Amino acid sequence: MLYLKSRGYTHPKSSEITPASVYAHRRHWLAAAAATAASAASGSWSSALAQPAASPGKLPALPGGKSAVAGANTMERPTRYQDATTYNNFYEFGMEKDEPARYAGRMKTRPWTVTIEGEVRKPGVWDVEALLKLQPLEERIYRLRCVEGWSMVLPWVGYSLSELIRRVEPTGNAKFVQFFTLADRAQMPGLRSSVINWPYTEGLRLDEAMHPLTLLAFGMYGEVLPNQNGAPLRLVVPWKYGFKSAKSLVKIRFVDKQPKTSWEQSAPDEYGFFSNVNPQVSHPRWSQATERRIGEDGLLAKRRPTLMFNGYEAQVASLYSGMDLSRFF
Amino acid sequence: MKGAVFVAALAPLGWLVAGALLDRLGANPVEALVRSTGDWALRFLCITLAVRPLSSWGPRAARLMRLRRMLGLFTFFYATCHALAYATWDMGWDMTALAQDLIQRPFILVGTLTLLTLIPLAATSWNGAIRRLGARRWQILHRVVYGTAVLAIVHFYWMRLGKQNTAEVGVYALILAVLLGWRLWRIRV
Repeated sequence: MLYLKSRGYTHPKSSEITPASVYAHRRHWLAAAAATAASAASGSWSSALAQPAASPGKLPALPGGKSAVAGANTMERPTRYQDATTYNNFYEFGMEKDEPARYAGRMKTRPWTVTIEGEVRKPGVWDVEALLKLQPLEERIYRLRCVEGWSMVLPWVGYSLSELIRRVEPTGNAKFVQFFTLADRAQMPGLRSSVINWPYTEGLRLDEAMHPLTLLAFGMYGEVLPNQNGAPLRLVVPWKYGFKSAKSLVKIRFVDKQPKTSWEQSAPDEYGFFSNVNPQVSHPRWSQATERRIGEDGLLAKRRPTLMFNGYEAQVASLYSGMDLSRFF
Repeated sequence: MKGAVFVAALAPLGWLVAGALLDRLGANPVEALVRSTGDWALRFLCITLAVRPLSSWGPRAARLMRLRRMLGLFTFFYATCHALAYATWDMGWDMTALAQDLIQRPFILVGTLTLLTLIPLAATSWNGAIRRLGARRWQILHRVVYGTAVLAIVHFYWMRLGKQNTAEVGVYALILAVLLGWRLWRIRV
């Protein structure tokens, strides 16, 4: 091997540097090679093992520019794309974590419209293409903390929901914003389950919806959203438990009374309207003091302490000053 | 036959270990390990409880009874793996956290009790124990396994209730109800 000597250090030739994509996927290639050997030996059991990585490059690109919003870009390492796109809670497609990736493919994301209605001066039906052009897209690297006790770091692409809200001009009566996910029996096998009173609905106080961190996301990892992650557009509220970040939005309604969200209806003593990430307020059945960061250092990784407001305390605590967070959970 | 069943019974664990080493357990391998070992403990409990009803179908089927001890011990084995996986990887053997979890999550307490009921059964599974206890007392002791079955279902149900995802629990409850119901029916008749 020939090395260049420069400033006393030997540098490899650029042709010897492992391409970033190969390096990033080395665990995939190793596992795929082992899995091929294992599946040849074990026959039917191998089909139950996790499918090989779905790596970026399969979906249309959707780049986002740098965001100036405070707290918008954590320095933590993003979760592997394979994990982020095969470990999902999207009950419309089944209650197991792997079912959204398996069944969400049947969801048609074009044509797609979002109805804006309620206490606004400019209600209407927006085509998703028009929403994509409303504002320059930004990349936001957010932590996402699921109420179940696991978390991820995800590089979303979108813009602050406040940009859309400003355009539709909420009236003085608009105190809360309601969000509705698609609920189409033909495309969504999970709707047969009665665990949720479909359609899935979530809600925010208007000031929460207007917060710069509240994101209307159209993409992740520099591409459009995979269906199982809530294509073609979804809400992301990083300081709240993940179920508040409603997916595949079809309607946004501005109302004057605090709306009941889907999980509030299903289990009111377990899931509150605010659902701010709070290590000091336990879920009735489990503590929220720690979480497991998906993909972090394999089996031997310890659970990590959960942060107040999922680490966004500096940016959002002022929304709740004076509020008893164990009463208003 | 016993050898083949032994190897087959170890296969789920082998698959899990291989999966863990090859990073094929999905995004949350700890959860997959804890859940899968629990699933197999429950399945072996059902299989063990099915031996007596099945063996009553005829003289050839009666030979299944020879497998019952091994199947019962595998139930205990997987239940222990399940508890160890939880204590090691979910809780990192943090005794304070474990104690808190026992108090805060009733289903963990029930799970612990379930495992505890299996210990005297495993400890008295050897021929020497049967001789020392006497057949009658051994039989009465081992009826504890019916309590184990009930506790296991309660543990599983309470755990799944958090996300309202209890359909699978119903399937196992039904299977165990049939297996336990067969015993009741035999007593009546």
